Amino acid sequence: MLKRLLPFSAAAILVILWHISVQWGGKSLIPTPWQVFKGIAELAQKGLLLKYVVASLFRVTWGYLLAVILAVPFGLVLGWFRRGEWTFNPLIQVLRPISPLAWIPISILWFGVGDVAAIFLIFLASFLPLTVSAMNAVRGIEAIHLNIGRNFGLSQRRLIREVIYPAVMPQLIVGLRITLGIAWLVVVAAEMIAVNSGLGFLIIDSRNAGNRYDLVIAGMVLIGVIGLLLDLVMRKLEKLKTLRWGYANV
Amino acid sequence: MNAQIAGETQDALLGLRMNAQIARARVTPAVKTKVQIRNLSMTFSSDGKNVEVLEDLNLDIHEGEFVCLLGPSGCGKSTLLNIVGGFIPPSRGEVDIDGEVVRGPDARRIFVFQERGVFPWLTVEGNIGFGLFNLSRQEKARRIAHYVKLVGLQGFEQAYPQELSGGMKQRVEVARALAVNPDVLYLDEPFGALDSITRLIMRGELLRIWEAEKKTILFVTHDIEESVQLADRVVVMSARPARIRRIVDIDIDHPRDISSRRYLELRDSIFSEIGLAHKV
Amino acid sequence: MGKSMTTSRKRWELILFPLGATLLLLFVWHYAVRVSHTTIFPSPLEVLRGMGELSSRGLLWSYMRDSLLRVAVGYAVAVCLGVPAGIALGWYPRLATAVNPVIQMLRPISPLAWMPLAVIWFGVSEVAPTFLILLAAFFPVVVSTMNGVRNLPLMYLNAGRNFGLSAAALFRRVIFPAVLPHILTGLRIALGIAWLVMVAAEMIAVDSGLGYLIIDARNAGKRYDLVVAGMVLIGVIGLCLDLLVRRTEKLKSVRWGFRAE
Repeated sequence: MLKRLLPFSAAAILVILWHISVQWGGKSLIPTPWQVFKGIAELAQKGLLLKYVVASLFRVTWGYLLAVILAVPFGLVLGWFRRGEWTFNPLIQVLRPISPLAWIPISILWFGVGDVAAIFLIFLASFLPLTVSAMNAVRGIEAIHLNIGRNFGLSQRRLIREVIYPAVMPQLIVGLRITLGIAWLVVVAAEMIAVNSGLGFLIIDSRNAGNRYDLVIAGMVLIGVIGLLLDLVMRKLEKLKTLRWGYANV
Repeated sequence: MNAQIAGETQDALLGLRMNAQIARARVTPAVKTKVQIRNLSMTFSSDGKNVEVLEDLNLDIHEGEFVCLLGPSGCGKSTLLNIVGGFIPPSRGEVDIDGEVVRGPDARRIFVFQERGVFPWLTVEGNIGFGLFNLSRQEKARRIAHYVKLVGLQGFEQAYPQELSGGMKQRVEVARALAVNPDVLYLDEPFGALDSITRLIMRGELLRIWEAEKKTILFVTHDIEESVQLADRVVVMSARPARIRRIVDIDIDHPRDISSRRYLELRDSIFSEIGLAHKV
Repeated sequence: MGKSMTTSRKRWELILFPLGATLLLLFVWHYAVRVSHTTIFPSPLEVLRGMGELSSRGLLWSYMRDSLLRVAVGYAVAVCLGVPAGIALGWYPRLATAVNPVIQMLRPISPLAWMPLAVIWFGVSEVAPTFLILLAAFFPVVVSTMNGVRNLPLMYLNAGRNFGLSAAALFRRVIFPAVLPHILTGLRIALGIAWLVMVAAEMIAVDSGLGYLIIDARNAGKRYDLVVAGMVLIGVIGLCLDLLVRRTEKLKSVRWGFRAE
């Protein structure tokens, strides 16, 4: 019984400390946990809760999926042909440290202010991590397994379908999960700067339009919860029996 | 009299008999040559240096024979096996099988690795049926069932490799290799990762299967006992650059008594060939 | 992968191919700008000239210095707090179980989302962006260190105890060296993240640095040549930082932990 309560104990303690410190501290701007909760209810009532959550999810989904469709095959090919890897590696290494947000001026230039610009940023944020992930997944294929496939006379297509694809999937899915987390982080930041709806916008706007810090923190809580849910969903994929073999040692 | 009692006591004490069902007749020289290795040399270059791993090897292997390549680790015998299997092209010389030059891996000659060759994403059935994509579904199912039984894994058809022990995984690999009915089997220290008791059992199993299926087998090992227990001929190789030092004919019928005088003679001759002391 | 050892990778191929790809990209970029007759989007040459301009105005070095300093401070604090925290969490699994939900909840929240709170706590000053960087770098350091401690092979600890090491000596001579490779990995990842977040933080809250350069160059006059120049500098410096940390991974005392690379 105690064991199951344990994970929530730290969270509970923090929430209590939060409440107490606000009550006693002088800063009237920071809300108590209860006020944050009421803030969420208020958003739900105004219909904004759903609207903002959907807006953020919409942008993430489009940008992320676009990146998956382009980056995964690209990364797989790069990982397979060592030449491809050396060729593109310097470019990848230089582009990687550039925050997607640094692309904001350019994306606004190309796409104006709006959803497309935000989706472009998500795409950018997801593209390189997915490529690198796919590359590493291919490099992780045991040479022995490829040799066995060749030994049994498998055609190229069969080899891909029956050896390469299953061998690559577990690592690829981990990469997909991690990149989804990155995409979610970036969407919030992108919305703080470049668009007029969504959870990131909620945070900035609540502060600017009236110091509604209860809504600011409400936004943060929602971001955290949804991000966590997305991560859990992806982890479920890893549990599929056909893929579970790949995480045997993890 | 004393020698007899000693012999029987030794029998009882050591009590390990090689487990084969049929006493095998000796391979007569008139049998067809299956694999011919001609003037084979292999040089690897790394960091600008050339390392000669194999030097001018010549060897004939007859159909249905069980040949062991014996040598210390790193001497190049695995490289030799990989070349014969068609996975690496030789620097010089060639390998002929049934008169054709080997240019690449072929489904008629299957390589059995250690247990890690088993595909972790397929069940036992899936693994064994891996090479059978050209068969009808019934035929495929029949074959899989036959080989599951042959290697003694009934009941484990739906298990994944991570649920199996090392010895069981090795059996899956052997079954997978046999299922496509190859002419030749290459085994590269397949029992290396197993404990010694399992190893003894697996050797018996391998011989049983060999007798049943009558394949040509090329078996790489660094274990002298293993080679004398299994092979018709033991090819003793030197350290790098590898040359054939001697080919020892093991003229004992299966099941081989590993405490018999002939066995010990042959084993000791290989010991001295390699230059090892008899006392520890 | 799967290739025989006889395929020797020619040295010049390693240099030629990437060089070729990069040059090709630059050419395509250059001609795309020419062909589209755009007056706003810069060509590679204009970007270079922009960098020269920044340099002559003295801004290049002062912006770089400011960005690096911010990262340095936030990162250093994150490491000083994160490594001990990670060790503690790795050593006491119950503690980790208790704290884990909090970590999982906080992790998906972009550091930028903390900006309004940071401003309340620290005012509009240098501290707020530094706090963001601290937040961003903290988690990877903690998680990597924690994993390192968790994966410590029991036999190392047993060997240490067998030789009669005290708790302090055990930590100093067994635990810490064994965990060091993991810590370094966490440090490298955290540095990359810190650099990313720094840029974003500068876009919002301050008036110097490379992130600021990008936003300001656009707002104050649509100087996209300076925007792209800033991006290039960010990329190059970020890469250099990453390579620097990778160097430490080559030291003999930790190289054993990176065998697979």
